[in-house]
Amino acid sequence: MLHTVNKSSFERNSLKSCLNAIDDTSVILLIEDGVISAANNENSSMLAGLATEGRVFALQEDVDARGISSKVADNIKLVDYAGFVDLVEEYGTTVSWV
Amino acid sequence: MKISIQINEGPYQHQASDTAYQFAKAAIAKGHEIFRVFFYHDGVDNASRFTIPPQDDRNVVNNWASLDIKNAEGEPELVVCVAAALRRGMLDEGEAGKNGIDGNNIHPAFRISGLGQLIEAGIQSDRLVVFGD
Repeated sequence: MLHTVNKSSFERNSLKSCLNAIDDTSVILLIEDGVISAANNENSSMLAGLATEGRVFALQEDVDARGISSKVADNIKLVDYAGFVDLVEEYGTTVSWV
Repeated sequence: MKISIQINEGPYQHQASDTAYQFAKAAIAKGHEIFRVFFYHDGVDNASRFTIPPQDDRNVVNNWASLDIKNAEGEPELVVCVAAALRRGMLDEGEAGKNGIDGNNIHPAFRISGLGQLIEAGIQSDRLVVFGD
């Protein structure tokens, strides 16, 4: 499954809820304000493990729009909208944590 | 691949509709079919033909209309939830007539229908992606 998260972990608990529910084969795509969780900050440890496994993606356009391109944590993969479409195709059911 | 989209938020208030539009455009560019876009809750406001954004801003309603998403019968597959629409004063000609109201504001690239259309989109499509707040 593909899990999209569109809120900052400083604003809502949706990333935490997603992490509580995610199984071993699913991936996370951070979009909209969700990309704040892709930056190095005090909440970065939440995603570090999954990112090391290559299972965390962030939408490039939203990262750029928020001026955090230079702060993206290690191992988080950036994708564009075409990459978003590819993730939807590859990972089957999409769950939107809003 | 057949992809359907659900949008729960109106234009300009939240990024959901913009993200969904960019996603739909990218999917079409990759050769996928957008089977249906279902506008639910405040998402129905994306269908107003009366929106006039400033000239240097994007026109969310026209962006959706420009994707020209139709079925084999030529009907629009930008579908607006009827209950959500009527609550918010979004009417097509038929609903205006039925309810005795002297105007209508649904853009012709959209059509009003029921929640069954969302369920059907979920069944008929390979993927259903939800954008909301």
